[in-house]
Amino acid sequence: MFRELWETFIEALEDLGAVVHFLFRLVGNSPRVLLRYDLISQQVFNSGALSLVIIMLSGLFVGMVLGLQGFQLLQRFGSEESLGTAATIGLVKELGPVVTALLFAGRAGTALASELGLMRATDQISAMEMMAVDPIQRVVVPRFLGGVIAMPLLAAIFSVIGIYGAQLVGVQIMGVDAGSFWSQMRGAVSLKDVYEGIAKSFAFGVACSLIAVHQGYYAEPTAEGVGRATTRTVVTSAVVILFLDYLVTAAFL
Amino acid sequence: MRKSRTLNLGTGSFVLLGFAALFFLTTQTTSRGLAIFGPANYEVIAKFDNIGDLKVGARASMSGVEVGRVARIEYDLNEYKAVVTLRLAEKYDKIPTDSDASIYTQGLLGGKFVGITAGGADTYLKDKSEIQFTQSAFVLENLIGQMLATFTKSKADAMNPAPDPKATEKSK
Amino acid sequence: MGPSGTGKTTLLRLITGQVHPDEGFIQVAGENMLALSRAQLYVLRRRMGMLFQNGALLTDLSVFENVAFPLREHTDLTERLIRQLVLTKLQAVGLRGAALLMPAELSGGMARRVALARAIVMDPEILIYDEPFVGLDPISLGVILRLIRRLNDTLGITSIVVSHDVQEISTVADQVYLIAGGKVVAGGTPQELRTNPSEIVKQFIGGLSDGPVPFHFPAPDYYEELLSRSEDL
Repeated sequence: MFRELWETFIEALEDLGAVVHFLFRLVGNSPRVLLRYDLISQQVFNSGALSLVIIMLSGLFVGMVLGLQGFQLLQRFGSEESLGTAATIGLVKELGPVVTALLFAGRAGTALASELGLMRATDQISAMEMMAVDPIQRVVVPRFLGGVIAMPLLAAIFSVIGIYGAQLVGVQIMGVDAGSFWSQMRGAVSLKDVYEGIAKSFAFGVACSLIAVHQGYYAEPTAEGVGRATTRTVVTSAVVILFLDYLVTAAFL
Repeated sequence: MRKSRTLNLGTGSFVLLGFAALFFLTTQTTSRGLAIFGPANYEVIAKFDNIGDLKVGARASMSGVEVGRVARIEYDLNEYKAVVTLRLAEKYDKIPTDSDASIYTQGLLGGKFVGITAGGADTYLKDKSEIQFTQSAFVLENLIGQMLATFTKSKADAMNPAPDPKATEKSK
Repeated sequence: MGPSGTGKTTLLRLITGQVHPDEGFIQVAGENMLALSRAQLYVLRRRMGMLFQNGALLTDLSVFENVAFPLREHTDLTERLIRQLVLTKLQAVGLRGAALLMPAELSGGMARRVALARAIVMDPEILIYDEPFVGLDPISLGVILRLIRRLNDTLGITSIVVSHDVQEISTVADQVYLIAGGKVVAGGTPQELRTNPSEIVKQFIGGLSDGPVPFHFPAPDYYEELLSRSEDL
């Protein structure tokens, strides 16, 4: 029994090593790929612009819920005017980066994994190799960079829309003073909080894009293989996101 | 080629939106961010024996009006005093050099802030100058300790009065 | 050609440098495959063209863009030149009119012809076909077959075809090699193979159901298993 556990552990360690090795390979190829801005902008569009609708909708609803919950909670302490602070800090430091990353993994991550998996399954990757075109440079790195660039931008958009959602509920509906909402927020929120959020979403961007691209590129070239790759992308991304969340939060303390 | 035009438009709009959001977050939600566009600041230091629980970011005010914030709190190992750096808005550039800085408590049990009372000198504080006259924070425990000490001493005196010098001389 | 799973695809991948052998020696176009660096391998591959079983066209590019892909990636030719080259190659495979279609809109046979146009666009010295006839109707099959022969002759190249279709391929092949059990068991012109006395060759060429490649998957004795009193296998 211990033997099995040990072997699973060793296997997991090997997988981790493979992923890290892949990351270095992607990063090493990045400088040359950055010159192909046509490829990268296509991927930023695919991962970012196409995710806008779900991100903005989610941001709005999460912000509105924050406004409601925050108001109710703060009301018990008589500090309703701090709603702006509570909503902003909650969004900018935690909800913005984390929820965006989870949604990204579900929408853009699975798209990346299935695209690459399908290319693998239909021999397009081999065909490129045979045409002496490095598939890593042509197809994988642009997708990776597209995700890394898109994530912090998406998280920022999520947070901003969320703040407006909270304001919509708090000020327009629950009657919090608009002036207090913004001035309390400005007084209490520091640039460090914003930087923490940006750092988080950047870390999440690297992690999610890496996982999605790795799963897709190394998927088994069958229909089930591609399906498994997309599922594993979402699950692995979720766990890694939440773990990194803790790490970055602790690092900024 | 039509495809790449809409593509570029879409990507460009997205990236613009994203950066606008980042810009908004860093400037409109924080006070430090506003300062990027707002007035410039200058820093002065003040040394205290005890700052209590004064925190970085606490207010620095004159006559109750906020003129700046506590930027840094450090400790001077040579003078064994707390060194508080205050970041003051540049428009308040006529604070006399003999003003004093005291640490007050907001309300009865609120947070600490630094209050500056203007002096009468003709020269004014500039960047990197020091406020010479300071008054430390009011620390509740010290006051209670003092009270207890005085109270115990007076009680002890009442219990064991010091011997009367005339009395001892008489017994000789 | 050879039975399933004998290593035909592996052989192709060895020739193209996609895998390395455990032992042995591979020489392609005068180059020792095992001594090449990745960059040199890429240079060699530009002299080869490969047609995959399902075409392997890039799904997000049009037919025109697919054929133009190697030109755009490896050369600095002007748009006009690229256009002329692509249209010429498409004409050779009979699909010049389909230049603006997307791969999803093509039938299997058409997709393979586009892939063929793409494989020859850089004027390679060697063309490799991996099971090009699988799943094609007789007409498309005939088209591809004739294209393979004609391209080989007009371009003066070497063509390597991996296939099961004994009858069809025998009509166009110069040399046939039969691979079974990971070894080359026979080689020669199609005529020589038909008169080859080896059992495995006879079974393959004749399409016999039983012979060196057995019909029955290994199993215990038939009567014993049927008449045994147990309920499980």
